[in-house]
Amino acid sequence: MKCKLIAAAVAGTLAAGPALADLVIPDLSYRTGPYAAGGTPFSDGYQDYFNLLNARDGGIGGEPIRIIECETGYNTEKGVECYESTKGEGALIYQPLSTGITYQLIPKATVDQIPLHTMGYGRTSAANGEVFNWVFNYPANYWDAASVMVNYLLEQNGGSLEDKTLALLYHNSAYGKEPIRTLEQLSKLHGFELKQLAVDHPGQEQKSQWLQIRRERPDYVLMWGWGVMNQVAVQEAANINFPMENFIGNWWAGAEHDVTPAGEAANGYKSLNMNRVGDLPVFGEIKTLVHDAGNAAGDGSNLGSVLYTRGMYAAMLASEAIANAQAISGVSDITAAQMREGMATLNITNARMEELGMSAIGPEFSVSCQDHGGNGLGIVQQWNAIDKTWVALTDYIAPDDSVTGPLVKEDSAAFAAENNITPGCL
Amino acid sequence: MFYREAGDFKTSYVADSQTFPLKLDKVGFWVTMMVAWGVIPFIITDYWASALLVPFLIYAIAAIGLNILTGYCGQVSLGTGGFMAVGAYACYKLMTSFPDVNILIHILLSGGITAAVGTAFGLPSLRIKGFYLAVATLAAQFFLVWLFNKVSWFYNYSASGQINAPERLVAGFAVTGPASPAWAQYLVCLFFVTLCALIARNLTRGSVGRSWMAIRDMDIAAEIIGVNPLRAKLSAFAVSSFFVGIAGALFFAVYLGAVEVGEAFGIQKSFLVLFMIIIGGLGSIFGSFAGAAFLVLLPVALKIVGVDWLGWPTDLVAHFQLVIVGALIMFFLIKEPHGLAHIWGLAKEKLRRWPFPY
Repeated sequence: MKCKLIAAAVAGTLAAGPALADLVIPDLSYRTGPYAAGGTPFSDGYQDYFNLLNARDGGIGGEPIRIIECETGYNTEKGVECYESTKGEGALIYQPLSTGITYQLIPKATVDQIPLHTMGYGRTSAANGEVFNWVFNYPANYWDAASVMVNYLLEQNGGSLEDKTLALLYHNSAYGKEPIRTLEQLSKLHGFELKQLAVDHPGQEQKSQWLQIRRERPDYVLMWGWGVMNQVAVQEAANINFPMENFIGNWWAGAEHDVTPAGEAANGYKSLNMNRVGDLPVFGEIKTLVHDAGNAAGDGSNLGSVLYTRGMYAAMLASEAIANAQAISGVSDITAAQMREGMATLNITNARMEELGMSAIGPEFSVSCQDHGGNGLGIVQQWNAIDKTWVALTDYIAPDDSVTGPLVKEDSAAFAAENNITPGCL
Repeated sequence: MFYREAGDFKTSYVADSQTFPLKLDKVGFWVTMMVAWGVIPFIITDYWASALLVPFLIYAIAAIGLNILTGYCGQVSLGTGGFMAVGAYACYKLMTSFPDVNILIHILLSGGITAAVGTAFGLPSLRIKGFYLAVATLAAQFFLVWLFNKVSWFYNYSASGQINAPERLVAGFAVTGPASPAWAQYLVCLFFVTLCALIARNLTRGSVGRSWMAIRDMDIAAEIIGVNPLRAKLSAFAVSSFFVGIAGALFFAVYLGAVEVGEAFGIQKSFLVLFMIIIGGLGSIFGSFAGAAFLVLLPVALKIVGVDWLGWPTDLVAHFQLVIVGALIMFFLIKEPHGLAHIWGLAKEKLRRWPFPY
């Protein structure tokens, strides 16, 4: 018995042991909890793409990729525990998919010098790369999303939103509160009235908010929801017969699982998307090289869905940054600091996306020291409940940088002052 | 044979009424203190601090607080999360309004503010008890979380509603903020745990503690023999909230650094601390530590066993954690309803009679 125990202990240390020369990508995912419906396909897409690179190309630049998955349950304390337990393994990049965990990790990742990519979520003012050297949120962020929504509505209303009422239904957390400042500015600029309706975590209780919407009859409802809040909101909107084409969610409120519970009644619901969805050639490759080989990250059923595509897109951006870092530094086994360099000089072109088998999956953009946020483009898509697909209504719409730019500067300056950071490039 | 009372004579009242009369207990206590203060700070790593020791110490303080209220005084309270939030936000406002004052003083002051708030929310206990009081404290929980979300003064009008702990130094070392070393965070928490445990132990052993226990056991009879129920109940709320406020302030400033009230101080937190004292043992200071250790270490241990050693998928392990923690809670409550502290007490009793158990 004693021998077996000793043998087990030795095996344990050996298994934890040798630092393999490979690219370590931690995946802080949540497959449990009220937000699992969103977290699971994203993590599937994220991991499947890296496994595809391992299977098809033998990794990036010849270095295999090692993924370490850690379950956070969208919970901040577990997120911190996952970060602390994986950072020592040579982690190159963190994508926590949670605004709450991001706010936690921003100061820690800055001190530990590991880059954080918070694609379309997190702290919006991290777009100012001079203050947030280690945090990136390309290709778009929440203030861009708010501006894109307003620009789309302006276009729908002949250029003017005077005397219209927009209601913002938001998750009562840092995530949901992000667009409020921008929308307040835009309401002053364009003359519309903004109503704010908070929905407490996890978002299953929305009857009173929708009662208020039914009473006040705003012209448009914009939603900043995530997880179970989205499904409940769409169902409640259908219950009060709110015209679905006037109900627009942001890019985290526009996935298949958000609209299928309400069935046919969800027909016409719109949302933003930072990606183009559709049948991309890369899905076929993932199917043959990863899923059929038994290496699928989840059960393989999420292939091609909105959030799976987004997870795969995030993995693509990370792998392009790794390749960029390898080219800049000349070594294939890069460090986190070199990864940051790769991210800070990233340039994604239409030709490259075409080459990777995902043409026009995202906008063309480039990252610089000052601009960690990309150009903020998003498309508006609409749910067709009969064919059960998302149809893109527009091409990439640009946000109003004259509104979002000064807000980013102001917020990042406040952060720099609070934390004694001197803005500058690394 | 190990726990020897025979031959251990006390010659003064002071020695007779000491908190650890048995020699082995005293030795054990001082050894633990020496290891905690003198050995662990030198070998602690970032992971051990942030995942295990710092949360254990902080939840131990909260559990001691709730144990005083529920275990010693019998007032069921589901407002622990809300009171921790009061401690955290009080600490944040003090840190940002008076940046030159030492963080340790701020933490004590936030405990004091939480004591005042806790006393106010404890007023219903003078009229209702048991289940109804639990509901009244539940109202406190939801009200406080709503308050900190709604009134932007509390988070200094920031756009996200989150509060961030700026860096503060104690004796030249950073204890808050991301650059604080693991041992500094650990030592600050250990300092407050020692302080709180000492105060709690002596309060519960004294006449104040006896008046609490009288209220718990039979409050009408206690009132008849002269225990002032208003003073006893409100002092229990005050002392308990003082500890819970300190735990909340440390949770925010030292452990997490950035906190969102709905997520960090929700009803889950209240239940978690309540489970800690139920498993650990109501009415026992050691029980608060045992329960806090159990509920902080068990999920991490299960994760290490499940994911790192057995290689199972992470969501399966997370679901198993809930199953196993629930099953263990049920097991403990069936086998030993008085909690881990009673098991520990029984073990000590048996050691006193060893090798002649009966």
